[in-house]
Amino acid sequence: MMKTWKYIRDLVLGLWIVFKRTFTKPVTVQYPEERPYLPPRWRGRIVLTRDPDGEERCVACYLCAVACPVDCIALQATEDPTAHERRYPEFFRINFSRCIYCGYCEDACPTYAIQLVPDFEQSEYARRNMVYEKEDLLISGTGKYHGYNFYRVAGVKVLDKDKGQAEYELPPVDVRSLMP
Amino acid sequence: MASIIVDNRTYAVDERKNLLAACLGIGLNLPYFCWHPAMGSVGACRQCAVKQFKDEHDRCGRLVMACMTPASDGTRVSIDDPEAKAFRASVIELLMVNHPHDCPVCDEGGECHLQDMTVMTGHVYRRYRFPKRTHRNQDLGPFISHEMNRCIQCYRCVRFYRDHAGGRDFNVFGAHDALYFGRERDGTLENEFSGNLVEVCPTGVFTDKTLFHHYTRKWDLQSAQSICPHCSLGCNTTAGERYGILRRITNRFNSRVNGHFLCDRGRFGYEYVNSDNRIKRALLRPELDRTKPAKPEGVPQVLEVAADRLRRARGIVGIGSPRASLETNVALRSLVGPHQFFLGIDEHEHRLLSTILNILRSGPVPAASIQDAEESDAVLVLGEDLLNDAPRLALALLQSVRQQPMERADELNIPRWDDAAVRNVVQDRQGPLFVAGYRRTWLHDYATGTYFGAPDDVARLGFAVAGTIGADAPSVPDLTDEVRDLAQRIADALTQAKRPLIIAGTGSGSHATIEAAANVAWALHQRGKQPRLSFVLPDCNSLGLALLGGGSLNEAFDSISQGKADTVIVLESDLYRRAEQAKVDAFFDAAKTVMAIDSLEHRTTAHADVLLPAATYSESDGTLVNEEGRAQRFYQVFVPDGDIVESWRWLRDLARAESQEADGVSGVATWCNFDDAVADTAAAVPEFARIGEVAPSAGFRLVGQKVPRQPDRYSGRTSMLSHLTVHEPPPPTDPDTPLAFSMEGYRGPVPSPLIPQFWSPGWNSIQALNKYQEEVGGPLREEMPGLRLIEPVATKAPFWFTAIPRPFQSPPHQWLLLPLSAVFGSEELSSRSPAIAERISEPFMSLHPSEGARLSLEDRITIELALQGTTYRLAVHLDPSMPAGTAGISLVPDVSGVRLPAWVDLSEAIKAGRKRRVA
Repeated sequence: MMKTWKYIRDLVLGLWIVFKRTFTKPVTVQYPEERPYLPPRWRGRIVLTRDPDGEERCVACYLCAVACPVDCIALQATEDPTAHERRYPEFFRINFSRCIYCGYCEDACPTYAIQLVPDFEQSEYARRNMVYEKEDLLISGTGKYHGYNFYRVAGVKVLDKDKGQAEYELPPVDVRSLMP
Repeated sequence: MASIIVDNRTYAVDERKNLLAACLGIGLNLPYFCWHPAMGSVGACRQCAVKQFKDEHDRCGRLVMACMTPASDGTRVSIDDPEAKAFRASVIELLMVNHPHDCPVCDEGGECHLQDMTVMTGHVYRRYRFPKRTHRNQDLGPFISHEMNRCIQCYRCVRFYRDHAGGRDFNVFGAHDALYFGRERDGTLENEFSGNLVEVCPTGVFTDKTLFHHYTRKWDLQSAQSICPHCSLGCNTTAGERYGILRRITNRFNSRVNGHFLCDRGRFGYEYVNSDNRIKRALLRPELDRTKPAKPEGVPQVLEVAADRLRRARGIVGIGSPRASLETNVALRSLVGPHQFFLGIDEHEHRLLSTILNILRSGPVPAASIQDAEESDAVLVLGEDLLNDAPRLALALLQSVRQQPMERADELNIPRWDDAAVRNVVQDRQGPLFVAGYRRTWLHDYATGTYFGAPDDVARLGFAVAGTIGADAPSVPDLTDEVRDLAQRIADALTQAKRPLIIAGTGSGSHATIEAAANVAWALHQRGKQPRLSFVLPDCNSLGLALLGGGSLNEAFDSISQGKADTVIVLESDLYRRAEQAKVDAFFDAAKTVMAIDSLEHRTTAHADVLLPAATYSESDGTLVNEEGRAQRFYQVFVPDGDIVESWRWLRDLARAESQEADGVSGVATWCNFDDAVADTAAAVPEFARIGEVAPSAGFRLVGQKVPRQPDRYSGRTSMLSHLTVHEPPPPTDPDTPLAFSMEGYRGPVPSPLIPQFWSPGWNSIQALNKYQEEVGGPLREEMPGLRLIEPVATKAPFWFTAIPRPFQSPPHQWLLLPLSAVFGSEELSSRSPAIAERISEPFMSLHPSEGARLSLEDRITIELALQGTTYRLAVHLDPSMPAGTAGISLVPDVSGVRLPAWVDLSEAIKAGRKRRVA
């Protein structure tokens, strides 16, 4: 007898909770008509950014490629003597059909070049359209990190920055000086 | 053996080692910078500090530098002691104070000893917030990039360059915290071993400039064992590839051959593999009409036409190559038959090689490995220019001169690893090194006695030494007092030595010097000494080819001119480098069909009616026999594009196509994989019987798996080909070796030829080598250091060579033209590499100043010389070391067709050359 009452009570309680929900605001977003808010650090599509001077940030160090757990980043370093005498990627390719958006590449990047942005709409009918080359990846801005320019802190010489002109650097040593 | 206690655990170690080497040898991680297994300790960097305790009751202990402390019995140390750890961390922190923020753009990154050691000590956070010291860099030539900011002042570079490799144009400058390691001013590093700075430098001050142009990190390189094809020494190398381009060569430790160092020709000569002049497609001359150029054609059609030609041939001449592997030569021999197989070397070289082979086979004295040379304590070099023909052997001799003086250090109980102290004892003293030849090089600066003379006179000196040492050895009559005294000095030095070494070779083209060297060695052997012989040969597989046997190139020419054959197959060889132009032209004109298999375009391939693209050493597997008679295996590193396959596969396909209609195939036509090639090679000559033991066969597996050529951090697997196809094609299969073109497979200890590259967790630089050795400096674990094919019978009585030449005298108006080889330029393949090509000097002729006066030639003028049907533009170098009556011609690519030595009337030849210039 007690058991039967318990069943009925649970039934009514359940129906009451369902009934209560009828008057609350739904959480479902009417995507795509309605766009959800994605925070800036949301890990979506990968971009290559530029430094504050408008130059490519990527120095082709291969760290993103080696950090990538699915090995979907391939690049080749080259040095362009006409533009700034510094290292660039000759090509930079991400196969997004393999990418798992883990953001390890962004973590590994020592120059803030590679960044994940809050864009996840990358569906394609053909897989080959998911293969992005450098032209597709490179944006014209600095992305999430505005001030950083790797070559201003690195010790190597580039076309418009001589030895000793980086931040926190002394002028080059004169080896022939006899001063103590 | 001594037992030492490290962190309360007892280990048995070699008491002749220092604590650092002992700890590394037993597999412990202890950071270091300035110590190097081949260069000993100086205690400069203070990085390897450990705490040493008096006994088990000592709780306090004291910090000592492990590299400066002997691993004597009962030594009790702690690596993990907190104070020692803190000390090491602060040393790194101090070293990193001025180290730039460069790793992403530094070519050393990912294989940097400084990175490894920084991680090992746990220094992770930079506290220093003040400006960094900077330096200007120098242009050090086409091989080495210089970035002085990164320097941590360990002094390894100067110790290697000056103390170990005998260089003079590199040093340390400045004082206090502004030390500068470089040249006095910008300029190319002159030393032939400068490339080792890349590996010796623990950080990125010196990096490989050829790698810089197609930069790839170590973890992205698909690598395998290779054998350097650029001279006869057979140094072991590791070749690395990415995206179908051979990226770089690094040294590969072999305890019997090259040890820790390579020469620059071997390290930077690889780029010909990526050359635009590579033959990538099978080519066929339309209707085999010589007036038309050969055109790319489908492989089946080319093979069909070639097979048809072979079937209809009156006879086929096969010309083997001393720079192709044994297996490839055996394949050609099998295709054409032993009687129609000729070695691609001229009669003169053939005779020299046969004599050398005879001496090694039938004499009582064994051939010396490079390590033997390094350990020898008295050396006689007869007629060889080692720095240019066999540079790594010259580097070994620079170490050998320290052997005798170092015995003084032993007497004083100074351990050999204590480099600074040993050098203090040794001072300028040098052990006996006698160099006889006709050209002065900087190696002579390290010689205790030198002799300059024509090859005949050098041979006479050798015979005189032999006659002085051995009672039975023929002696030389009518010697000058000066030569007799020198011979006596040499004889004394050699007989007093424990491990004397005699070096001769084919470099001067003299038969007599080779025989003289054998006489000296045998005379020493008769006196109960244990001498060794070393013969420098022209090519990487010269001795292998000599062992295989076959006629000389001239016999091949005769075979065609006499009409015995009308079809020629030239294997990996430019005949224009090996015989006179007119003869080769006539040979090709007389042949109905010329087939060539090679990797690079050259004058011979231009004559080919059928041209098949051959794989280079990094794209094929094979066995090479070095000058010591050591057979070593090189492995394919990557799969080339185009129609390129291994030469033996082309020969197999030709054999199969040819015998299509014939019933029953045999020999090369039955080969399926490389193991079949090895099996047939083993059956070819009795000496090759054990050739299969050189390296594991194709069926070798560990835990049922192949060994991956790619490191487990290899990147880009799913995107490197995705611009072509997104379907990720499977990696190429490798039926020939136990290695795989993949990241997947067995990772763990493997037999040494299968090690893809030296790497160990926490040890990303080439210093990871110590994790692959039983003990530091010793052989690799499971080492297969190659197989010596020729072992002497020590009890055999020597047969004396008695053909002592008469003193050299040039007939009136005749000059003996002698070859002057060049480390950069004389070898065919490496001189096609851009970096090496930059170092090739202008062709020149060397003359004694008196000869210059006789011919009224001034120093540094340019002449035209008509020689063997061609006119050459040569600079004149007046060199007092050149003997009177001779002239040296530098063997650079422009002059590669000249056959030397040769007698020439120089005044006529110069006149003819000038006339031609006017015309």
